[in-house]
Amino acid sequence: MSNQVAQQAAVPEPPTEDAPRRDVGRELLHRLFNGTPMLSVLAVLASLVVGAILIGFTNPRVAEAAGYFFARPGDTFAALWQAVSGAYISLFQGAIFNPNRMDSVQQVLAPLSTTLYYAAPLIIAGLGVAIAFKVGLFNIGGRGQMLVGAGVAGWVGFTVPLPPVLHVAVALIAGALAGALWGGIVGLLKARTGAHEVILTIMLNYVAYLGIQYALRNPDLLRNQENNNPVSPPMMDTAILHSLPGFRVHAGILIAIAVVILYWWFIERSNLGYQFRAVGLNPDAARQAGMNVGLVTTLAMAFGGAFMGLAGGVQVAGQVTSGFTANIDAGIGFEAITVALLGRSSPWGTLVAGLLFGAMRAGGFNMQAAQQIPIDLVLVLQAFIVLFIAAPALVKTIFFYPKGARS
Amino acid sequence: MTNTPAQNSAQLTEHEAGVPEQEVHLERVQVRKWRPAVALTSLTIVAFVLTVGFGNDESTVFRFARPNDFFLLPDLTLGVRVVGIVATGIMAVISAFAIMRTIQRQKVWGWLYIVFGALFIIDFLTWAAAGKSFSFTDLMIASVGLAVPLIFGAMGGVISERSGIVNIAIEAQLLSGAFSGALVASITGSLTAGLIGAMAAGMLVSFVLAAFAVRYLVEQVIVGVVLNVLVVGLTGFFYSTVMSENPELNSSGRLPRLPIPGLSQIPIIGPTFFSQTIIVYLMYAAVIIITIAMFNSTWGLRTRALGEHPLAADTVGIRVRRWRFWNVSLAGAIAGLGGAYFTLDQTGQFTKEMTGGLGYIALAAVIFGKWHPLKATFAALLFGFARALEQTLSAAGSQVPSELLLMLPYIITILAVTGFIGLSKAPAASGKPYAKQ
Repeated sequence: MSNQVAQQAAVPEPPTEDAPRRDVGRELLHRLFNGTPMLSVLAVLASLVVGAILIGFTNPRVAEAAGYFFARPGDTFAALWQAVSGAYISLFQGAIFNPNRMDSVQQVLAPLSTTLYYAAPLIIAGLGVAIAFKVGLFNIGGRGQMLVGAGVAGWVGFTVPLPPVLHVAVALIAGALAGALWGGIVGLLKARTGAHEVILTIMLNYVAYLGIQYALRNPDLLRNQENNNPVSPPMMDTAILHSLPGFRVHAGILIAIAVVILYWWFIERSNLGYQFRAVGLNPDAARQAGMNVGLVTTLAMAFGGAFMGLAGGVQVAGQVTSGFTANIDAGIGFEAITVALLGRSSPWGTLVAGLLFGAMRAGGFNMQAAQQIPIDLVLVLQAFIVLFIAAPALVKTIFFYPKGARS
Repeated sequence: MTNTPAQNSAQLTEHEAGVPEQEVHLERVQVRKWRPAVALTSLTIVAFVLTVGFGNDESTVFRFARPNDFFLLPDLTLGVRVVGIVATGIMAVISAFAIMRTIQRQKVWGWLYIVFGALFIIDFLTWAAAGKSFSFTDLMIASVGLAVPLIFGAMGGVISERSGIVNIAIEAQLLSGAFSGALVASITGSLTAGLIGAMAAGMLVSFVLAAFAVRYLVEQVIVGVVLNVLVVGLTGFFYSTVMSENPELNSSGRLPRLPIPGLSQIPIIGPTFFSQTIIVYLMYAAVIIITIAMFNSTWGLRTRALGEHPLAADTVGIRVRRWRFWNVSLAGAIAGLGGAYFTLDQTGQFTKEMTGGLGYIALAAVIFGKWHPLKATFAALLFGFARALEQTLSAAGSQVPSELLLMLPYIITILAVTGFIGLSKAPAASGKPYAKQ
């Protein structure tokens, strides 16, 4: 008996010396698989699987082969593989690199250039949502703020004659200011009356859309006088963000990177940015510490609106320079929400998320042209990515994490 | 009087116990509330400037008769200037009376607002359609038609938010209902099956919303927005692939109109309310049942408790998460039925993004209606009327810019949430996930 007890007491002894070393490995694994980057990658992977199911489900050749599945099951899987791999390969080729088109430097870099072209406004607009998130506000008014920004930047761009570089700058700044005003109204109303910013921004989206439509029908405001359609005149040559010869990408991506750096400095290094974060973490504590929560709320929405307005300006000065319609926002105002969520509102995260979504847009158009898979698939992928990112516990369940690691 | 959501649960129970009227009266501090009087006066001035100042000597013809009516109402011809002067005159008297009542610290009678509103609308219509003729009955029919999906959506919103889950996904529920209604009805050849399919699809969206909001405690607004994107993407994807390759999957046909004998022949009212499809009659039933159940049943009391104070509800043994889950699912089924209205009542087939953001207007109706089923219904009818007015006036060739009319519901909502037209306050715990301690 006493021997047994002694043995039992002795057994735990040796591992205590070994334990720290084994825990380091475990800790490393734990950190790797529970860290944000890994979960983000898994979220993207999971949504690609969902997309693959959709592609397989709707592919006519898969359906045909499935008709005689029990006779030759291999055919079904072959068709499935062809459909899914074809789709994702064309997505990749449209966004990053296409080995079939390598005749010139332009051709080799064309996919990347297209990705950057679509990414620029997405990154800027994503920061417009991110800065509001930092203060605990939800800016879903990107559409309205972009439309107002695009309208004002466009108006400056086709009516006010100015020297080359200055003209673009003035147009973009005017757009940003208009967006700041449109977003600032929301912040002010929220600070003063306590009305929910989500409702206010949704409503102002429609007001802006209808307002731009009205202005585009009216030749005294935004409509092209030579045309009866609700389209604006083309931008003056001095107000255009010119692209490199042979490429689609233009200076908008440089502006986007500059804005990312500005955002990083503001949030991480400036006094006001510190107040933003404090209010976002705990408004009551921030108020106790003497911060003006109402002012921070108003400014956060105004800054968010300014980013959105700038994105709208980039749309009219860089993407659609031949005259814009009321759909100039191209869904970026809403996509920006998913960009900010994916990037977790951090400057570099938003940059990466914007690049990823830009790549998905570029690749999506290529996929639509090459494989006849509707671009709507990209929306589905993006929605699933954000859902999975928002619920890490779900991703862990899907990828069979051990029960203990799921919380 | 019913409980406003702003009250917390303590007041709620006090109210239900029935505090004697006398006591409350003694404690009431009488305050002059200037907002109604100011609103009436400024509307009178706007109406006067528009319809008399910018008026002319033309006249407008209102048509009322429909072929099936019991008796045919004659057309009504109104002169813009005459109506302008008479209507704004009466409106000025009402405003003066309202100012007088306010000075005496008394409330303005409710029916005066209705008279004022009717005068304002008649005056505005006569002015906006000057020199033209249009059918007033068609305007009413279009108003109800445009309001139906809004009302269904608003009912879904009210149930969901009263139980504490913010429902931004009304748009997704409507769109999935429209899609699934058309698809299921086309496959089965049965429109009834289509209706059930639409409810199931709305419910499915709600399952996702509830799973993420209740189980994974994700920010509800984010889930709602993402679900809207997801459903736009999914329905668009299937529409461009499966439905465009097999058009027979998107040809549901339309529900038959079921005129109620007798009632449907009353001029104006009959064709507007009683010559509709089964979906609209289901809507009447839904509004009545939800309104009564919300304030007079165990279900309603528990639902309101979930939205105002889930901890209190939990303490008395209500399973918060389970109740929230099933209430949100019910809300999704109702909104999904509203989605079926687009395909099975109006067009007979699905088109991409056919709900066009109406889910967000339904959300506005919920807020403008102060989270009360009946008030939200009237808000939805008002929004439907604004849209119908835009259609009727632009069809009649009015000079009023249609965009400004279309903006009205949104501006009204902004004024409502910021407290300019009576403050709308959400249920206290709406949007807050409940994690059991």
